[in-house]
Parts: sequence; C-alpha cells; structure tokens
Amino acid sequence: MSDAKIELRNVHKRFGKKVVLDGINLTVPKGESLVVIGGSGTGKSVMIKCVLGIIRPDSGEIFVDGKNVLKMDAGEREKVLRKFGMLFQGAALFDSLPVWENVAFGLIQGRKMKRKQAKDIAVEKLAKVGLAAEVGELYPAELSGGMQKRVGLARAIAADPEIIFFDEPTTGLDPIMADVINDLIVDSVKDLGATTLSITHDMASVRKIADKVAMIHKGKIIWAGSRAEVDDSGNDYVDQFIHGRAEGPIQMEVLKP
Amino acid sequence: MNVFAIIGRVVLSTLAEIGALTRFVWLAVTHIFRPPFFWRLIAQQMLRIGYFSLPVVALTAFFTGGALALQIYYGGNTFNSESIVATIVALGITRELGPVLGGLMVAGRVSAAIAAELGTMRVTEQIDALTTLSTNPHKYLVVPRVVAAVITLPALVFIADIIGIMGGFVVGTGSLEFNPGVYIKNTVDFLDADDVISGLIKAGVFGFIIAIMGCFHGFNSKGGAQGVGRATTNAVVTASILILAANYVMTSLLFAN
Repeated sequence: MSDAKIELRNVHKRFGKKVVLDGINLTVPKGESLVVIGGSGTGKSVMIKCVLGIIRPDSGEIFVDGKNVLKMDAGEREKVLRKFGMLFQGAALFDSLPVWENVAFGLIQGRKMKRKQAKDIAVEKLAKVGLAAEVGELYPAELSGGMQKRVGLARAIAADPEIIFFDEPTTGLDPIMADVINDLIVDSVKDLGATTLSITHDMASVRKIADKVAMIHKGKIIWAGSRAEVDDSGNDYVDQFIHGRAEGPIQMEVLKP
Repeated sequence: MNVFAIIGRVVLSTLAEIGALTRFVWLAVTHIFRPPFFWRLIAQQMLRIGYFSLPVVALTAFFTGGALALQIYYGGNTFNSESIVATIVALGITRELGPVLGGLMVAGRVSAAIAAELGTMRVTEQIDALTTLSTNPHKYLVVPRVVAAVITLPALVFIADIIGIMGGFVVGTGSLEFNPGVYIKNTVDFLDADDVISGLIKAGVFGFIIAIMGCFHGFNSKGGAQGVGRATTNAVVTASILILAANYVMTSLLFAN
C-alpha cells in the first residue's frame, strides 16, 4: 500500500448507455512511470480525468497517497490537485495569455506567487524544454504544434509536481519532434523524481518513457507488466496492439463492404 | 415510435437541463462571495462587456427615442402633443425600452462572445487545464463575467436612458418643431427617480441573465466547432427569451401599485 502513489479500485463510469470505464483496477507505484496503452475510445482520457476530479466516476475508489479522493471535500481536493501537473493532448494553452504566463499560471493563480518571481521560474522551465526566453513573450497561436507541446510540458512541471499526467504527449507530432518530447519527458521526470501516468497509442513513446505498461480495452485493464514484458506478454490483445494489426481479438467497429 | 416515449424523453431532457442550469447558477453565485477574488479579470470584463457595448446601446437608444417620439405624435392627439410626446418618451425609455432593448443588444453581443470563448476553451481542454493548475474555473471564468455584467448593465442602461430621451428631444424639437424649453420641462416634471431606478434594477437582472447564459452554454458545449456554434446560438436565444420573460415578471411586480 505504502508505495502506491495512485490507486484505482473498481472504477466505473458510463455516459448515458455507453459504458466507458467498466471496473478499472490500476496501481501507479511511487516514482515510477506507468504508461497505459489502448485504442481510441477505450476510456483512457476518462480514466485520467476521473483521477483529476474533472469527471466524477459512478462508483469505485481512487486513492492518492493512500487517501480516497472521492470522499474529500472541495478544499482537501484542491490541496491534492496541487500535487498534479498535466500535459494535455492539444497542449490546452490559454490563448489569451502570453507563453510565460501560461507556464507561470499555476504559480500565480494557484500559489499566489509574485508575478516577477513566477516569470523567472517560467523562463527557467522554458529553458528546460529548450525554448528561449523570447518565446515567453509570444502568444500560443504564434507557436508550432511541437513548440506548444513543449510549452505545455513546461507548464506541467512549473510547480514541481509530485505526479504528472501525460495525455497522448506525441500525438500529432512528426517522429523526430515526438522523440524530442519523449526525451524531455524522461529528463524532466527524472529531475523531479515524479510519479507519472501517461496514456498513449504510440509504441515508440511507450518504449522510451515507460517503466510499467498496462493495456486498457473496453473500459478494463486487461494486461499489466513491465516494459520488457510487453514484447512477449503472451496476451493476444497486447500483441495485436503493439504490432498494429487489423486482424486479431480486438475488432474495430468498421462495417465491411 | 411510441408517442409517450418521445414525450417522456423531451420532458426528461428538459428537466435535466433545468437541473444543470440551477446547479450552475448556484455554483456561480456562491463563488462570487468566496475568495480568491480576481479583480483584474473583473475590470477586464467590465471593459469588454460594458465599455465596448456603449456604441451599440447608444445608437439603439437614440433611434428608439426618436422613433417613439414620431410614433406618439402621429398616433396620438395632435392637440396637447407637445406635453404627451415628451412624457411618454421619457417614461417609455426609462421604464421599458432602455433596459429591454439595451439588454437584448448586449445579449446578442456579449452572450455570444462569452459562449464562443468559453466553448472554445472547453473543447480545447483549457477549462480542464485550469483545474489541473489549482484554479477553479467557475471562479476564474464565470464569476468575473457575471459580476462585470451585473455592474455594467445598469450603467449602460442609464446612459441609454439619457441618449434615448435625447433622441426624442432631437426629433421633437427638430422635425416636430416643439419648443426645446417646454420639452425639457415636461420631461423633468413627469419623470420620477422610481422610473429610472426600476429600469436600472431590470438592467442588473438582465446583466446576470446575459453572463450566466453565455457561460452556461459555453461551459457545456461539446463536439468541436459545430458544438461551439450551437452553444453560441443557444446562449443568445435563451438569454433574449429570459430577458423578455423576466422583464414581464419584473414589470408586473415593480408597477403593481
């Protein structure tokens, strides 16, 4: 128990008639990097949003540092949220604010830090993801997709979080930029000693950033193991996924002509 | 298809919508009085909602006052029209037309803008990102807009009252050839502070409706560009209808005696 940073027990969530999470059980050990793989629409994003409290699960328990976050009041919950940083799939930068204020947002609004001091930290974090201080004065719309992702990463690590979530960190990037982001993730996580939970369907990313891997399918975790075990998991679902085959136990809902 | 099933579904979805709106209003109102307060954002929104609506509201009021003067003159008794035109323009503008037309114009301008902005923030996960940066989205996004609208709408309508009466004055003294001094005397003699104040109270309520409808539909928009478009339309339509309905209720309460 003591070394589990995050634990999900039997978490269910449905939207209308559609069951999205069908009894998720998952443990993220402290200081490790767990990557959850799975196809589109298997409930990966919903699972992460349940942990963050953005979506409330219908039933089940979610523990962060051994405490059930679903039973907390708003104040306690907010304190727990301060341990988190998150990199969103589309970076989700605030387009009304310049880049440095995006990075410093959690420090200024969430922690009431002075703007001057927060800006210094923002510039330092931007440097960490390989962006010059001048980039801080630009607006998100002026940046390329890869740069936006890097700013998103700088924002996620700005408050030195204990836990970082990565939602498809490499989706939509070219293979080289994807590799740059993966390296940055590995480096920044190592520096912070943070626990991370990532969701992706990019196997190159998995091989680079994961300590442990779990596979989600139809709202359930169907396999979990270490990174080395992925290639000979003996699980047909995992095999099909990592080799990207259309044929196999996972049937896409595609009408055949 | 079973008729009862259709009726049942419509009733259920309407009730669900009303429930969601009630919860949203409750959250917005309770967060107004709980710190932290975002003064800068309130000032910024007052500028955007109030100041930038000034030309639209002023023009609306001016032409409405002018048209009202003409209409009363043509339709009414030409005998004694000099006193009637001034009085009815003043009362009509301050009690009904100033707040209602001002409210509707601002609803078109501001509800739509708020719904589009927050809707885009929702579909690009910027609202979720706020949560992960320990910032309550209701407090950061909804409260400043609601507070700014409730404060600035009465100010806008007060200016609209003056300009509307001036519109009547310009038409009255210009094309209807009334005596300017007598026109002003009639306006001042028949206009009570209560007439103006009742209009300003209405304006405050309309401001609340405008901001809440924009925020509610923006917050709940889903499904990309089309969803944001739908949210914008719904915000304007519901805000306008609620303004007219609330106006009727308030008129019947404020002028009961």
